[in-house]
Amino acid sequence: MRSVRTLAAVMLSLLAALGPALAAEKQGGILRLYHRDSPGSASIHEGATYSMNVPFMPVFNNLVIYNQTIAQNSMDDIVPDLADSWAWSSDNKTLTFKLHHGVTWHDGKPFTSADVQCTFDMLMGKSPQKFRQNPRKSWYDQVNEVTTNGDFEASFHLKRPQPALLALLASGYTPVYPCHVSPADMRTHPIGTGPFKFVEFKANESIKLVRNENYFKKGLPHLDGIEFTITPNRSTAILGFVSGQFDMTFPTEVSIPLLKDVKSQAPNAVCVVEPNNVSTNIIINSSSPPFDNLDIRRALALALDRKAFISILFEGQGDIGGTMEPAPQGLWAMPKEMLEAIPGYGPDVNANRDEARKLMQKAGYGPDKHLAVKVSTRNIPVYRDPAVILIDQIKSIYIDAELDVVDTAQWFPKVARKDYALGLNLTGNAVDDPDQSFYENYSCGSERNYTNYCNKDIEKLFDQQSVETDVAKRKKLVWEIDQKLQEDVARPIIFHARTGTCWQPYVKGVTVMVNSSYNGYRYEDVWLDR
Amino acid sequence: MFAYIVRRLVLMLVTLFGISVIIFVLLRIVPGNIVDILFAAAGYVDPADKAHLEHDLGLDQSIVMQYLHWIGGLARGDLGYSYVSEKPALDEILPRIPITARLAGLALMFSASIGIPLGVISAVHQGTRLDYALRVVSLSGLSLPSFWLGLLILMASVSLFGTMPIFNPHPKTWAEAIAIYCVPAMAVGFRSAALTMRITRSSMLEILRQDYIRTARAKGASEASINYRHALKNAILPVITVIGIEAAFLIGGLIVTETVFNIPGIARYLVEALRWRDYPIVQNLVMLIAVVVVFTNFTVDMLYAAIDPRIRYTD
Repeated sequence: MRSVRTLAAVMLSLLAALGPALAAEKQGGILRLYHRDSPGSASIHEGATYSMNVPFMPVFNNLVIYNQTIAQNSMDDIVPDLADSWAWSSDNKTLTFKLHHGVTWHDGKPFTSADVQCTFDMLMGKSPQKFRQNPRKSWYDQVNEVTTNGDFEASFHLKRPQPALLALLASGYTPVYPCHVSPADMRTHPIGTGPFKFVEFKANESIKLVRNENYFKKGLPHLDGIEFTITPNRSTAILGFVSGQFDMTFPTEVSIPLLKDVKSQAPNAVCVVEPNNVSTNIIINSSSPPFDNLDIRRALALALDRKAFISILFEGQGDIGGTMEPAPQGLWAMPKEMLEAIPGYGPDVNANRDEARKLMQKAGYGPDKHLAVKVSTRNIPVYRDPAVILIDQIKSIYIDAELDVVDTAQWFPKVARKDYALGLNLTGNAVDDPDQSFYENYSCGSERNYTNYCNKDIEKLFDQQSVETDVAKRKKLVWEIDQKLQEDVARPIIFHARTGTCWQPYVKGVTVMVNSSYNGYRYEDVWLDR
Repeated sequence: MFAYIVRRLVLMLVTLFGISVIIFVLLRIVPGNIVDILFAAAGYVDPADKAHLEHDLGLDQSIVMQYLHWIGGLARGDLGYSYVSEKPALDEILPRIPITARLAGLALMFSASIGIPLGVISAVHQGTRLDYALRVVSLSGLSLPSFWLGLLILMASVSLFGTMPIFNPHPKTWAEAIAIYCVPAMAVGFRSAALTMRITRSSMLEILRQDYIRTARAKGASEASINYRHALKNAILPVITVIGIEAAFLIGGLIVTETVFNIPGIARYLVEALRWRDYPIVQNLVMLIAVVVVFTNFTVDMLYAAIDPRIRYTD
């Protein structure tokens, strides 16, 4: 009997040992995806849309990166990429990276610390070479300089401690560029160190990447290449996926109603629905009447029935929250009790609207005198649809709004010159970290602070949370800030959307990030089981 | 005749010059330029960066200077650079022309080869069930939008065959080549075929009532000879006019069809370029389309004389 048990134990151990080997990743194959549109260029640093990150992130490496197999980006899951290790100085003002030896660029030139230095010098605007656009320059406001010590060490010297810098460096938006290639060439023929080499980008047609045989991470990538067919028509794209011509949909691009179609026509497809840290919010021009009146702004925030938005647009699959992405996917979300205590977030919509009507009456409006405004928004369904619901909801507080759809080319110039009263806007956060969200969207003078909201007291809190190294303490500060931003009606958050991604069952190793739609597209771990 | 042709060619040049001015001015009237779009995509506007970029692209020059720069380049065969891809406009446009030309040619061929015979049959069998059936087909062709028809074809293809004719620049088999070109051509040519059929039918009906047809019948000519040699030959002029006009309008239909079937031709590229306000691409593409339309009209006029001996162009 004992021998049988021993034999069984041996067999089980063998199976356990062989298990991973049996399920080992297969090499080869081309991953075929559709791309939702033709990106303007191939230079990630010059763009601010994940239309660039998805096809071009596989070409590059960062110093560090969020673990690509973990869905929730967090500081604890930042892993080495071009840097083998990193360390903060005792005063938390210098971050030093030890770089990997023997890495080469796709054109064969060696990667050194000089490349790190010149990438960040360009991002900080300190280099003679300039990016055509530099939308994330403010990420490095606290970086004084980047220095090198030999070919394999680079240090970031900060003006003050900023633990979140590491999170920013781990984003898909922060690849290291080669010094010897001009920004103009990087837009048309990017050279990286990443798992895939750029082959071609035919505007409006396709993007092709091929396996980097000299990739410094041994055994990776598994795929021979990745091909993106640019397919702007959503119906055609979904039909292509259903018929098996694409192995995967464009990430986070399948809407909830379309997901039903996909599941009914391709029942074997693997689909996930996740939040992606994009909030739909209202931008209010508080510098001119009528919204210079805080009572009217508060009434507006009180009139929102957030559940109705989510129910109509996403069949219930959305989340209510503040500036930071709601929990459990978001790391910095306010506790539910705290959120519901904020005016307008309480569950009794009628009571909220009664209060809103009182505020409107105080401001001189009522059943006999309605306030006429325009709700401006971009002429894109994800903007337009919630704007229509917003117009309907604010009717209940004596506001007669008219939809003003604005061509994309005119949207930001219009917002920048304050040529709007109310706007329906979407804000995507590249990194689930308060530094990125607060400084970018609410800091006095920030380029992306469209409403010019400026509160010096809150600004101090921004800095206070930014230097805080104790995560628990930082979280409390973040909650306090988020609560104040909502109470100030700085940019009322309506909801955080969820979207779907699908892939064929033989595609393995795909991880859809749940608190950012910009960081999870290295694709070096993806393989095809066929 | 020679003088007439020369006069038409001169007129064509004047027309094209007028079109070039209109295209150029209209494009600049539309709010926003590539720089606005780039900054819109980046979600911020930095006035200094914006001014710098506008200067680099020559958008800070006066509209007259910009026009002269473009037209001068065009005269030298230099179409400029795409603002988006930063590649020569010619390199971007040239590979797309054969794709659209093949599609348009096939669509026109489909339109003529289906529309004319069915129009003749419908006229010859006027008032019969066949006539009614063909008229229903032609009415459907005129009423069904090509994007809807295209999507329907794709859906049916996926549902019936588990695949769909998605564009591949290098088709491996003839069947694949036929599927990727002929199916979209049929989708876009169906409306055109329906129109051709209606015009052929009404034109044929008018001719079939003429005295010389009755005479031909009295002389004992066969029905085929009457219908095709005597009637169709005289009824074809309005049909040619319609096919000529359709050829010019085809580009509009192709925009939708190229999008639905994901074909990287010039029609879809034009829309994309317009979205980005990629002036060099839009200007040159619209100019190319204008040249095609003007030459098509000219060719149709010349065909009149070739087909109908009663038509003679004089000074």
